[in-house]
Amino acid sequence: MTYPALTGWRQLVLTLMLLCLSFGSRAATLDESVALLNGSFNDKSTAVQNLMSVGHDQTSVWLQALLDGNLYTDKASNQVVLLVAEQPEFSVQELVSGRTYSSSKSDLKRIMINNALRKELRVALSSLALTSADSQVRLTAVRSLMGSPDPALTERLTSLQLQETNSDVRDAMTVALAINEVRNASKPGRNAIEVLGDSLEPEARNALQQLHDRNPAAAEGKLAAKSLANIERKILWSGYIETLFFGLSLGSVLVLAAIGLAITFGVMGIINMAHGELIMLGAYTTYGIQLLMPDHIGLSVLVSIPAAFVVSGLMGILIERSVIRFLYGRPLETLLATFGISLILQQLVRTFVSPQNRTVQTPDWMTGSLELSPVLSLTWNRIYILIFCLMVFALLFVLLKRTRLGLQVRAVSQNRAMARAMGVRSARVDALTFGLGSGIAGVAGVALSQLTNVGPNLGQAYIIDSFMVVVFGGVGNLWGTLVAGLSLGVANKVLEPTAGAVLAKILVLVFIILFIQKFPRGLFPQKGRSAEG
Amino acid sequence: MKLKTSVQSVLLATSVMTGTLFSTLVEAADTIKVGVLHSLSGTMAISETTLKDTVLMMVEEQNKKGGLLGKKLEAVVVDPASNWPLFAEKTRELLTKDKVDVIFGCWTSVSRKSALPVLEELNGLMFYPVQYEGEESSKNVFYTGAAPNQQAIPAVDYLMNDVGVKRWVLAGTDYVYPRTTNKILEAYLKAKGVPESDIMVNYTPFGHSDWQSIVSDIKKFGSEGKKTAVVSTINGDANVPFYKELANQQISAEDIPVVAFSVGEEELSGIDTKPLVGHLAAWNYFQSVDTPENAAFIKQWQAYTKNPDRVTNDPMEATYIGFQMWAQAVEKAKTTEVEKVEQAMIGQEVKNLTGGTAVMNKNHHLSKPVLIGEIQDDGQFSVVWQTEGVVPGDAWSDFLPGSKDLIADWTAPIKCGNYNTVTKTCSGQNF
Repeated sequence: MTYPALTGWRQLVLTLMLLCLSFGSRAATLDESVALLNGSFNDKSTAVQNLMSVGHDQTSVWLQALLDGNLYTDKASNQVVLLVAEQPEFSVQELVSGRTYSSSKSDLKRIMINNALRKELRVALSSLALTSADSQVRLTAVRSLMGSPDPALTERLTSLQLQETNSDVRDAMTVALAINEVRNASKPGRNAIEVLGDSLEPEARNALQQLHDRNPAAAEGKLAAKSLANIERKILWSGYIETLFFGLSLGSVLVLAAIGLAITFGVMGIINMAHGELIMLGAYTTYGIQLLMPDHIGLSVLVSIPAAFVVSGLMGILIERSVIRFLYGRPLETLLATFGISLILQQLVRTFVSPQNRTVQTPDWMTGSLELSPVLSLTWNRIYILIFCLMVFALLFVLLKRTRLGLQVRAVSQNRAMARAMGVRSARVDALTFGLGSGIAGVAGVALSQLTNVGPNLGQAYIIDSFMVVVFGGVGNLWGTLVAGLSLGVANKVLEPTAGAVLAKILVLVFIILFIQKFPRGLFPQKGRSAEG
Repeated sequence: MKLKTSVQSVLLATSVMTGTLFSTLVEAADTIKVGVLHSLSGTMAISETTLKDTVLMMVEEQNKKGGLLGKKLEAVVVDPASNWPLFAEKTRELLTKDKVDVIFGCWTSVSRKSALPVLEELNGLMFYPVQYEGEESSKNVFYTGAAPNQQAIPAVDYLMNDVGVKRWVLAGTDYVYPRTTNKILEAYLKAKGVPESDIMVNYTPFGHSDWQSIVSDIKKFGSEGKKTAVVSTINGDANVPFYKELANQQISAEDIPVVAFSVGEEELSGIDTKPLVGHLAAWNYFQSVDTPENAAFIKQWQAYTKNPDRVTNDPMEATYIGFQMWAQAVEKAKTTEVEKVEQAMIGQEVKNLTGGTAVMNKNHHLSKPVLIGEIQDDGQFSVVWQTEGVVPGDAWSDFLPGSKDLIADWTAPIKCGNYNTVTKTCSGQNF
């Protein structure tokens, strides 16, 4: 019988723990254990085990502090201290005596931990958290202890389960106990195997797989295979949903990047190669705003949205007034001029900000993921960006269809001469339209700053994709951009697992080329007089 | 039209002016010229500008000490703009027009491969300071970064023996360095008895930013009961979104550690490292290593860049070692002539910033210590493991069928970068 390798070291820890217990009378004193925290990684590990067996009421606080890097050694006294507060002054507390005094960072040395210790600490903390008053904490603790082969833990879970009031926690405990039974018992009960068949926890699946591999022909093996098939069926659907979500979120990024271009290129017909750099400016605006308000990261991202719109919009108007307006009707020259502008903007950022990437922090509410089931979790930042993309689209749509400016923009783009004859100041409309498209690019930059690097090359990565989306969707049609962006995102993600990221990208490009050959005007061709020419 | 001509004439005038200014400066003093061939614009500028500044700092310091052979050093900086063919042109320009005595330069392997034929044709001398895939040894190049056996192999050994990893994800950017390194690693893992089904290889394009499905695949691959690690040769900008996605999908370093060969202090300065604590990197140098030499170097660098938060990294140390060795070799050879400096280089010793001594071997690669560090929440690494003593760089990998029997030895009587120890022949091919 072979245990999975993962648990190898756990067994070692277990053996050590048992040794500690059996020599209980000789167990290290609290002082000695704490002093061990100053030693090597092995000493620290022993210290953690000792602290767990001594059972001081502050143990969980100390272990959590060790995990968070808040335990220090006072260089003068060589005592282990806990960081109490950094503001207004650096104050620390000695672990055992509880004496609090003020110190400075240079007098202290942080107690370092490594991955193995970190894991040990988490297991220890979870085991302490089993008796927490918060049912959510208990649930997390039980789930993180699943698959841990400690027999003492099994006993503890069994007794705790009897008093458990929350049904979710109780179910999780049932699964945890079933995993241990399937793993360790020579003839695991039918009930345990079926419990695991209804659970999506990866540890449950692994336990069943092992049971099946141990003896495929036996009754348990066959039952395990049946449970496994049951799990696979459920996972398959989660997989489809996951791929769809990945595709939509990639698509939403494409749409955000392209939608500004859908206005400048689609509606006005300007090939703006500096579009990517306008996105980059938006991302740098986010960085700038975060520097201005370092204590309100969450708010800074929201403030950045209008700020980036204004910055990139003004830059767009500047580009339009100073360069592009002289080149209307000469697409090739516009292309070259805007390409030059894009290089200038990049190098300006390199020279005056830095060639290095800048750190844009992600607010807490955008980190982590929404866990729908143990095998399906959607990341929060992607969810927000998807929603944000749809909001920007809706706003822009209303702006173009329902406002006076929108009417003028459409009029000028469809028939300039006629619009001017009707009293529309076409030059002003051109500048505003270009500014609008550029501003939207800036807003896209805010979203991208949460996903990727904020650096001088940010824009280049998105310019090709943006043009691809606009052309595929049909020039001059906002709906086309939305549908094209989302469908290209999904297509990419459907292909990626089988074809690989490189090939998937190529396949999508080839598809677009073929599509454009057959339908040169894209998915939703523009109807109207100007489109005929 | 008028505008164009006036612009042209202004341009012409400035170029004439700078040209004359430059040549008078050059003629004014007899100097030793140090060429700097690092991209200052384009995608690689992010990494390479730091190395340009490092060389300039070293030149300045050497001049404070009185220069070399009684002459002042003069840096000639060119910008190959992350454009690979331009590296060849700029190398030619440095060697024929500026007549530099030595070049410090290149970052990506493809840029080195582009400059190499020109260096060999014109008999130049170049120091290459970045970790690379090996399988090369040119008479005209000294490799002061790590070869695969000084970075990738020790990292895998550490994960296998000390962390107990059984399943491996080899993830890389799709170009020559990751592909060769992963080929070597795959052969090495299989030689250690890892079955094919426990190795997952994945390549992504340059600057890949959407890591959702790949990270999700890694998560699934790692949840099948065996301890899993990711060996990452992901290059440059793609790292930030990769690590962000890892954090968002809540893959912690305790569950699936990622060991990276291209992520150093400099790259981390662009990321919020709190969610990355515990992920690993393998290098020959970390800023956090506490030695007097390192403290002095960091102080000098922060003073030179006038930025007290500026970080140092491994390619900087490689540049530092290369520069010191070159200076010592010039003193020893009493000339800057390439042939003599090249011979004087072999056996040169310079103190590592991390302790111990780096030695230049006969194959133009260094013997250096290998360190493994875990990322901390302040963007620095804490060293969790290091080799005992130094590891000599291996130009030709012992784990690839094509290069098993090859060695490089630039001393007499072999004098060859590609010597087959079985057939006892030297193929002229150095790469």
